[in-house]
Amino acid sequence: MQSYLLSEFIVERREDRCIHCRVCERQCANEVHLYDAELDRFFSSEKDCVGCQRCVTLCPTDALYVRPRLEDYRPNSSWTRDKMQNLKKQAATGGVVLTGSGNDKPFRVYWDHLLLNASQVTNPSIDPLREPMELQTFLGRKPDTLKIEFSDGKAKLGSELYPNVMLQIPLVFSAMSLGAISYPAFKSLAMAAKEAGVLFNTGEGGLPVEMRDEYADCAIVQCASGRFGVDLDYLNCARIIEIKIGQGAKPGIGGHLPGEKVSDYIAQTRMIPRGTDALSPAPQHDIYSIEDLSMLIYALKEATNYTKPVSVKIAAVHNVAAIASGIVRAGADIVAIDGIRGGTGAAPLATRDNVGIPMELALASVDKRLRDEGIRNKCSVIAAGGIRSSADAIKAIALGADAVYIGTAALVAMGCTLCQKCYTGKCNWGICTQNPFLTKRLNPELTSQRLLNLLRGWGHEIQEMLGGLGVNAIESLRANREHLRGVGLEEWELNVLGVKGAGE
Amino acid sequence: MNGFNVKFGYRDNFLDNLQPIDILYKTRVNIDGCRATINALGLKHKELNDLLRETVQRGSKELVINNVFGQRYIGTRLYLPSEDKLYIEVNKFPGNDLGTFLNGHRIVVQGNAQDGVGNTMDSGEIIVHGRAGDVTAMSMRGGKIFIRDNVGYRTAIHMKEYRDKVPVLVVGGTAQDFLGEYMAGGMVLLLGLNLQEGEPHRAHYIGTGMHGGVIYLRGYVSEHQLGKEVGVRPLDDQDKENIDCYVREYCNHFGGNPEEILNGSFQKLVPVSLRPYGQIYAY
Ligand code: SF4
Ligand code: SF4
Repeated sequence: MQSYLLSEFIVERREDRCIHCRVCERQCANEVHLYDAELDRFFSSEKDCVGCQRCVTLCPTDALYVRPRLEDYRPNSSWTRDKMQNLKKQAATGGVVLTGSGNDKPFRVYWDHLLLNASQVTNPSIDPLREPMELQTFLGRKPDTLKIEFSDGKAKLGSELYPNVMLQIPLVFSAMSLGAISYPAFKSLAMAAKEAGVLFNTGEGGLPVEMRDEYADCAIVQCASGRFGVDLDYLNCARIIEIKIGQGAKPGIGGHLPGEKVSDYIAQTRMIPRGTDALSPAPQHDIYSIEDLSMLIYALKEATNYTKPVSVKIAAVHNVAAIASGIVRAGADIVAIDGIRGGTGAAPLATRDNVGIPMELALASVDKRLRDEGIRNKCSVIAAGGIRSSADAIKAIALGADAVYIGTAALVAMGCTLCQKCYTGKCNWGICTQNPFLTKRLNPELTSQRLLNLLRGWGHEIQEMLGGLGVNAIESLRANREHLRGVGLEEWELNVLGVKGAGE
Repeated sequence: MNGFNVKFGYRDNFLDNLQPIDILYKTRVNIDGCRATINALGLKHKELNDLLRETVQRGSKELVINNVFGQRYIGTRLYLPSEDKLYIEVNKFPGNDLGTFLNGHRIVVQGNAQDGVGNTMDSGEIIVHGRAGDVTAMSMRGGKIFIRDNVGYRTAIHMKEYRDKVPVLVVGGTAQDFLGEYMAGGMVLLLGLNLQEGEPHRAHYIGTGMHGGVIYLRGYVSEHQLGKEVGVRPLDDQDKENIDCYVREYCNHFGGNPEEILNGSFQKLVPVSLRPYGQIYAY
């Protein structure tokens, strides 16, 4: 059925610059650019363009411009172009409208309404170039008290410690599964994490056996509702095990990796037959309550002989603080909270844009609740979903996070332009695709360097800001809301965040 | 843990007040060659599993565990570098998640099992001389489970298979709702031996979202008990062979006359599509 859809982008070619090298034609998996040799000219099939800017970036003479086509319907604040296009798409197909990446709606981004403090006169700021500045962070349960024993004039730790995992910088690559992203993208994350002394998260698509020797030591492996690739070897090789309950981009729903993306290799790491849909049910069917969650947490601890922290990842939803308290009481060592701006490889648009709450509010209320209940030390909190810069990360830590997950930021570092078409499997940047012609565009050696640069850059920025605050360890900033002030926020928002207004 | 600074009370049923392993080993274990007899009376989940691991690490290959009352995860922590597969006899009533992630060992239960038997099991065998609870064989990827009597809800949910690993679940009685939901591989054989003549199975939503594997049912179900994603097919020779083989194995474990069981009428349920939800999206 004809869809009546208008193109989303205008593709413009400046003929005076174009040298007919046909790079654009080769680069576009959506087959927008077509060269007619007989006429010696290009045609473009604009309606297929997703605006990924691959051709624009690679054009050697800057001859291409790809711009959103925004104003063709009569302007209407209620019936926006997006809404109308989706209606037309659905009328033609009867399907659920899919999308990729994170929520792009203009919900308030609280990071942009929070400001950090700095030392002036009354206490000195610290220069991180001259003085040590500690970013090391430990993920896992901490004891209630520390017992120190003295004998022969020597002090010894008397309390038994729980398994903890050290991060050099409080940044962790968030869960992106092999299958959702390509092998080179997956490998790049692993390589960068290893080099930087942080962790990457395998998502629920398993960890290829040949990567385990080298990278399992910096891997968080997921146990999700599909239980793909989960066996004792997988669980025991990793540093941390994460139970995935929910994801910020699609709270409450499962995932379908369509059969055509389940290649031999994907099938092997997920341990399923090739070409079948990899269906992850919405709930984990052995978890219908906090007690059931506890059962799985301890099943994983039993399976790994209590040597690894177990994390539970949930989407930020309305009662997130109470849920997080339950999760800690169920025995989790880490609680990861993924806010409404968290990314995804594929999610129904309606869910992505309308379900969940912003992570900033969720994080602040979880941290407060756990403190009030005296159980904050029993878990680490990782904040995820829409951390765009080192400033967001440091504000998250001041709001109570131990570390932050970065997903979209890492993808952008690898080349992603947030075209939101990850679900089509035609990512021209070679990230969200299994097409070998596209995946070979990423070279893990180089891409991991980009990621490493990102981590290093953020690390330095965080050190600078900490120095400015006059503290010399990230630990001193954690949940220290005195270092934050809000601007342009309502009373209730300041209350939930637990910060004062600027000037107060 | 001292509960210091805890307003709402926090008690860890798993980790608080555990007895040290050497004391447990001294007081609870009787060694006879490679066989160890263990008294589980009153032990916490973790204590018992600590003890099982310790006993195996000290060289036992056969574990007979007596007085088991509700201890969870039996068999899970026995993932050890040695290739030896263990024989574990559980006397009386193991708790939830018996043999979760099981890796090659053989567990025989002389009593009823609870929820989560063989959860995400990889290989090995679990034989239950009694009934089993909910989510039996969930996400199981390999090995065999035999349950003499009934199983609970959501049995064999998301059971899968991988290369030469094809899990098998044989249930002597019947199952509750959602049997084989989201099933992606493997084989379930439901014998219905405790149903009266002509009495149908009770489960509803059998095989909802099923996209792989096969369910054989002895006895009757009506159309409305089946999920939309499964179809009833006649048995071919391979099916008959499978059924024959596993009915005999069932009778070897629990007694009964295989010929009599095989005389009943069997139905085969298979997914109608490998991609049940391929068409619901607008691209
Ligand atoms: S889809 Fe990407 S590569 Fe293709 S024309 Fe549009 S911007 Fe260029
Ligand atoms: S990963 Fe690829 S397909 Fe997805 S938003 Fe980024 S550029 Fe687009």
